[in-house]
Amino acid sequence: MTSLNPSVEPAATPEAHPTASRTGHASTRIKKKTSSPTASAIAVLLAVVWTIPTFGLLVSSFRPERAIKTTGWWTFFSNPQLTLENYQTALGTDGQSGLGSFFVNSFVITIPAVIIPICLASLAAYAFAWIDFRGRDFLFVLVFALQIVPLQVALLPLLTMYVSVGLGGTFWTIWLSHATFALPLAIFILHNFMTEIPKSLVEAARVDGAGHVKIFFRIMLPLLTPALAAFGIFQFLWVWNDLLVALTFASDDTVQPMTVALANLSGTRGNAWELLSAGAFISIIVPVAVFLSLQRYFVRGLLAGGLKG
Amino acid sequence: MSSIRSRRILAAVSGGLGFALVLTACSSSTPTKSTASGSADCAAYKIYGDLSGKSVSVYTGIVTPEDKPYMDSYKPFETCTGAKIKYVGDKAFETQILVRAKAGNPPDIAIVPQPGLLQQLVATGAAKEAPAAVATNVDKFWGADWKAYGSAGGKFYAAPSGASVKSMVWYSPKEFKDKGYKVPTTLAELKTLSDTMATGGKKPWCAGIASGEATGWPVTDWMEDMMLRLSGPDAYDQWVTHKIAFNSAGPTAALDAVGGYLKNDKYVNGGLGNVKSIASTTFQDGGLPILDGTCSLHRQASFYASNFPKGTKVAADGDVFAFYLPGVEATDRPVLGGGEFNLAFADRPEVKAFQTYLSTDTWANNKAKISSDVTGGGWITANKGLDVANLVNPIDKLSASILQDPKTVFRFDGSDMMPAAVGSDAFWKQSTAWITGQSTKDTVDKIEAAWPKP
Amino acid sequence: MDTSAKILTMLLAILLFVAVVGVMLFIASRTERKGARFVAYVFLFPSILMLSVGLLYPAVKTIYMSFFDAAGQAFIGLGNYHTIFTSPDEITVLRNTVLWVVVTPFVATAIGLVYAILVEGAKAEALAKAMIFLPMAISMVAASIIWKFVYEFRPDQPGVNQIGLMNQVMVWLGGSPQQWLLNNPWNTFFLIVVMIWIQAGFAMTILSASIKAIPDDIIEAARLDGVGSLGMFRFVTLPMIRPSVIVVLTTIAIGTLKVFDVVRTMTGGNFGTNVVANEFYSQSFRASNEGLGSALAVLLFILVVPIVVYNIRQLRSTESR
Repeated sequence: MTSLNPSVEPAATPEAHPTASRTGHASTRIKKKTSSPTASAIAVLLAVVWTIPTFGLLVSSFRPERAIKTTGWWTFFSNPQLTLENYQTALGTDGQSGLGSFFVNSFVITIPAVIIPICLASLAAYAFAWIDFRGRDFLFVLVFALQIVPLQVALLPLLTMYVSVGLGGTFWTIWLSHATFALPLAIFILHNFMTEIPKSLVEAARVDGAGHVKIFFRIMLPLLTPALAAFGIFQFLWVWNDLLVALTFASDDTVQPMTVALANLSGTRGNAWELLSAGAFISIIVPVAVFLSLQRYFVRGLLAGGLKG
Repeated sequence: MSSIRSRRILAAVSGGLGFALVLTACSSSTPTKSTASGSADCAAYKIYGDLSGKSVSVYTGIVTPEDKPYMDSYKPFETCTGAKIKYVGDKAFETQILVRAKAGNPPDIAIVPQPGLLQQLVATGAAKEAPAAVATNVDKFWGADWKAYGSAGGKFYAAPSGASVKSMVWYSPKEFKDKGYKVPTTLAELKTLSDTMATGGKKPWCAGIASGEATGWPVTDWMEDMMLRLSGPDAYDQWVTHKIAFNSAGPTAALDAVGGYLKNDKYVNGGLGNVKSIASTTFQDGGLPILDGTCSLHRQASFYASNFPKGTKVAADGDVFAFYLPGVEATDRPVLGGGEFNLAFADRPEVKAFQTYLSTDTWANNKAKISSDVTGGGWITANKGLDVANLVNPIDKLSASILQDPKTVFRFDGSDMMPAAVGSDAFWKQSTAWITGQSTKDTVDKIEAAWPKP
Repeated sequence: MDTSAKILTMLLAILLFVAVVGVMLFIASRTERKGARFVAYVFLFPSILMLSVGLLYPAVKTIYMSFFDAAGQAFIGLGNYHTIFTSPDEITVLRNTVLWVVVTPFVATAIGLVYAILVEGAKAEALAKAMIFLPMAISMVAASIIWKFVYEFRPDQPGVNQIGLMNQVMVWLGGSPQQWLLNNPWNTFFLIVVMIWIQAGFAMTILSASIKAIPDDIIEAARLDGVGSLGMFRFVTLPMIRPSVIVVLTTIAIGTLKVFDVVRTMTGGNFGTNVVANEFYSQSFRASNEGLGSALAVLLFILVVPIVVYNIRQLRSTESR
């Protein structure tokens, strides 16, 4: 891996990539100060308060329809009426294709929609961070400002374009759309991380005769892996849970993701909350699994590049 | 790390291959071929010819559980002609169909629930006029008013499909029998009945108008019913087409008449709270207190039957039933209702054939028979060829007999006919504000202001 | 398409994309001798292309359309903007939007920050963080049902139970059930709570990571100077994570400006809770009033300008060090 420039004075540039022991060391210091009982109590209280609403939904998904509509979910503990019917109905929806194919669609849609913007954004962020060219600042501000454009204004123009080039009804429309909408924020956040990498590393590589492409692959990407993973998780969640883009661009139910199937679960007249509760939890499983499995990237540090003053 | 360079080269080479493969993989799959059946049942379908291998897409806002009867009703057509019908139900239908039509990506057929939306779709230029066979069927099975709802700019586009009767009041037959109440035959009698029920502090009426972004639409139904009864069908037509202003005397009086029920502390909100609770109660929950005995009357369309929990007996001698919302005189029969229309965006032979099938009495009877098996309310249509004997549920029989009664003066739901800025936005929003305290005058003024300038 | 065909399509699409990127990098390394800026152009090309077509062009078109009428045919100048600023309903919409944008980022960030510090280095840190992060993993549809079970109102009548948690607590404490989502202006705050609930996880994740990255020499030095825990927070932690705090505040603020699902699903924009993003959606997609919808979108663009300006200033000052 790359060599580090450890510094002794507090005001100097911090390390680019803290090793595990140093990270542990730093957190132990903070831990000594904040592991007081009050702190733990507050933390536990916050965690409980945050989770109660979701817990309520989980309990509701196991209750029969009539019980959900007439009594609160907390009465489940004094008067448990358990049923798996909601899950059975949600998973085996007859009439339309079973939830299974929508599940596959969700995966097929999400994975490229995460890979494409991350790749393109890291290249763009590198260019903004490390290559000086005329108009760089203006272009960066423009890209950053495009975050505000609500994607609804782009739906009709994009769809018209896709249809006219014959892409309508395929996965490409959703992949390209998600990638486009993700770019402004992706470039913004990745740019922020890239600027934290010490100039000295890049200088050393240039002195060795490396071009920008080499620097990108040999220095940037390895250092940024945690950042890319972290942004990847956010993008995964956003695409997995997206409804609007899927509704507009995936007009054929062979390409529609689970969010669409779930939205329709509530019935034509929209009162089947018991089905929605079960469906919501079926849908949550994957993002939570992804989050938990990639936890170590969060622990290691999103901003592994360290921070300037 | 030279593997990165070699990886890039490998990627570049495989990219070319990959591109070709992607194109092949993405080509549409061949539809399942089904040969035309030779059974005797297919005699009625011979005129559509052999459509083996052809596919028609249908897009609608009808999802589970009502979608299954639709798909099942298409099966005879599919088996006998060999065509494949692809049904896609989507709750966001009303916004998405416009987006798709404008973008050039419409379905073959859309089941449109509002004449106003139909007008908008025709205006995009994507819709196709109905074939002559459909027009003939519509002339045969429906009146001129229904045909007009499916027309735009003097041209006929869409045959009616299903229908619903909205001028109904739900009640508990047991309660009426026990307390000796009689079903009112005039509006005055309805008022008296409400007053009688209210003595002793019980609130006789319950209502709910919450419906996500469509919150407020039940109030529009109330107002349309009152307008129809108090000002008459001709004034109603003028109101809906903006020949009279929304804040003129007639509509204002109609809304005040609704206020006599929905904003009357003594009358509402039985089992649910005070007047304001009408705005926070979902329309699905609005009539449920009848089952608990905390409410006696709930004005809602015939399709409300499916909202009662499984096992509720919906019949004249059951747990809950509905009576016709009376007019001013006992002989008046104004009826507010809704319905759907089959609009085509393609004119391929198989689409035309399917469109024709949907406008026949064959389909209507198929659908009615199948839908009767769905719990709660079934399905009815204003198609005169519908054999009422095919309907099983009492509420369907009642609604169908009202629709087919020659004395009935039928009018389509007004907010479904008004321009979207009013019927799908201002009318709903201002009605909700009206329930939570806004004055009648402010409400009608604001809706009038929202009417798009020509 | 069956499952295997779909997965094949996906794999080939990824392969195709990687190939395209590979070709790009190849070109980039070849053009470097002409000048570094050519590398930049190649790196930026696909992103700029997609952004121009997918976001920039629609945005410009929207600004253009905002000067036209509902059907997009007749030019009406500032007519739509006049409607927005003179109608009392629309003034409420603006007021609510400002409330959302001011309250959500600061409260969500504060909670995320405090929590990140509290669980830093704790034994069950991963689990603790997962619990705050969970709302981010939930779709908007699910979130709105979840909060429905919190805010739901039922009248205080015999035989009627509360099914909303907050009203049940009110009843347990001896009070009467409230219409949380009906009563203006507190209902807006109750909707904002939902957004804070979701966004705190985002803030916590980013800030937690940046706290971990603080080098311990600095902590050590401060400790030696005798700084207490509050002082540590004020003089060491906060300044060191300042760039991340700004990133978090900005991102949440912009996200809040755009979000309309919460309002649309829970109140439909009624009872005085409407925000610009929801009104934009209603006008554009329900009322088919393209002109007014576009003007509302332009309003969103304008509202984001202060955030953009603030960010640029921060970027400049960080870069100059």
